[in-house]
Amino acid sequence: MDLLIDLIQLSVYGVVLGSVLALGAIGVSMIFGILRFAHFAHGDLMTIGAYVGLSFIMITDAPIWWALPAGMLGAALTALVVDQAVYKHIRRTQPVILLISSFGMALVLRSIVQIVWGPSVQSYPTGIQRPWWVWEIAIVPTHIWIILATIVIVTALHLFLTRTRIGKAMRAMSDNMDLALVTGIPAERVVMITWLIGGALAAGAGVLLGIDSRLTPTMGWNILLPVFAAAILGGIGRPYGAIAGGLVIGLAMEISTLFLEPSYKPAVAFVIMVAVLIVRPQGIFKGAL
Amino acid sequence: MELAGIAAYLVSFFTFVGIYAILALGLNMQWGFSGQFNIGVAGFFAVGAYTSAILTTPESPWHLGGYGMPFLVGIVGAVVASALLGLVIGWITARLRTDYLAIATIGIAETLRLIVANERWLTNGVRGMSGIERPYADFFAALGLSSAMGSLIVVCAFLVLVYFLVERARQSPWGRVQRAIRENEPAAEASGKNIGRFRLEAFVVGSAIMGLGGALYAHYFGFLSPEAFLPLYGTFLVWVMLIAGGSGNNKGALLGAVIIWAIWSGSEFLMSTALPEALSGHAGPLRVLLIGVLLQVILIKRPEGLLPETTPKTVPFGKRD
Repeated sequence: MDLLIDLIQLSVYGVVLGSVLALGAIGVSMIFGILRFAHFAHGDLMTIGAYVGLSFIMITDAPIWWALPAGMLGAALTALVVDQAVYKHIRRTQPVILLISSFGMALVLRSIVQIVWGPSVQSYPTGIQRPWWVWEIAIVPTHIWIILATIVIVTALHLFLTRTRIGKAMRAMSDNMDLALVTGIPAERVVMITWLIGGALAAGAGVLLGIDSRLTPTMGWNILLPVFAAAILGGIGRPYGAIAGGLVIGLAMEISTLFLEPSYKPAVAFVIMVAVLIVRPQGIFKGAL
Repeated sequence: MELAGIAAYLVSFFTFVGIYAILALGLNMQWGFSGQFNIGVAGFFAVGAYTSAILTTPESPWHLGGYGMPFLVGIVGAVVASALLGLVIGWITARLRTDYLAIATIGIAETLRLIVANERWLTNGVRGMSGIERPYADFFAALGLSSAMGSLIVVCAFLVLVYFLVERARQSPWGRVQRAIRENEPAAEASGKNIGRFRLEAFVVGSAIMGLGGALYAHYFGFLSPEAFLPLYGTFLVWVMLIAGGSGNNKGALLGAVIIWAIWSGSEFLMSTALPEALSGHAGPLRVLLIGVLLQVILIKRPEGLLPETTPKTVPFGKRD
């Protein structure tokens, strides 16, 4: 019986972590779909978003949830600036050069965070959280808010991708680049919007992760591997698959703590990813290989 | 600074350059020759370092070991262990696209770092392993040389050996096939080359060279902890060295190791003296920022590096013996 309760409790944590991973993985998947490279600076975009959000509520004294839009705006602009200043100039060469560049950019962003905000651990002023008890299962109010915020963000993204012209253009470019370009889709504009949205989603993940735990300059880098695992599991290049991938990886990571040291959580994500790469490299939802 | 201090600094400087040059040559085997993207250099580096340390250290209550094997056995063990790791990773990822290899290699590097940090019985965790002896210290002492100088000589000897081997490989038909696969995979396949096998060979050899670098590092530094295998030191600097020097060119890898290590260690010296008081706490991140920006500038302005790849001389058709 205790085991069952533990399992349900860990599943709640898993869904929370999965929401964070999903937001990150959607961005990774979208960037991969349009630009064909794995963006290694994505974790550090999350970190930037979390810290910008923190600064905003500290300076304006706004309620904590204002960190979400502020951080999203900050990271979206950061992503756009990085693209225009660096990635844009190497986009025409092989995508793998972009990969190297983004790996370096991850360290650049992280050192900027360390210089601006310092290396110490910081946290959002969430106050004391009194959990609700539902049949021996503790549910922390922030967890509910984190899941709700994720649902709102994902729904907004869904409406954008399906209802707007530019959203449809993005899906078209992701499906078949050549065909999309022939039909006269403004490629440069689509790329810029992809960065804005990818950055905003990353910041969403970063702020929610920061609210759930604490902020450190390496928070985003530490979660990058599970985010990639989620994107690959969902079929890289498939934003909707990334949501499912995020939830599966999040649940697996939390439930693994029943029988593994919690510090091995990222390794659990990695093992699942390797298994997917061996058995079904296109992911559950058949992404672009 | 007195003369002895400068001499000691130079010995340490060139030992690190030598170790990083070996890592860069290993990476050049994987990326420069055959276009395989490994950003888990730190993982192979760590496996080599810890394998050699466990094999050669005397018995200690804090970690696995107590074999007290000679230095060369440690080196061979390090090379074999990292080659085996390369074999497993390469086998899994050989047929996948580059991005997956990149993600898989960084995954294995981070996982290994978690293992090293958490499995106290194996490596003494974050407290690290100490008491790893410098190679042939007695022999060099008999010659009147310090153990640091001896390490430098040993590292240089291995560097020359590795350089000779990879340069020979580059000029051989084997190296030609590697470049052919990198440039045009379908064409290489159409001429009957087993792509997966050639790729795997380059990946395993490159991994083994990185393991050698790790073992040499362990014996020079004498102390190992998970800190040394953060992606920054183990992987990023090696990549910047190879790209700055010129990937595909072994001389470029050597040149890159010298230049980037000079900038990296020089910036430490510069920032400790020239940085205003208020910023001195930021010296670490500022140095990383400098190297990161440098990489972006090289990628945009001179992606081929300082010494671009050259094709080795071929024997003209019809003149063979």
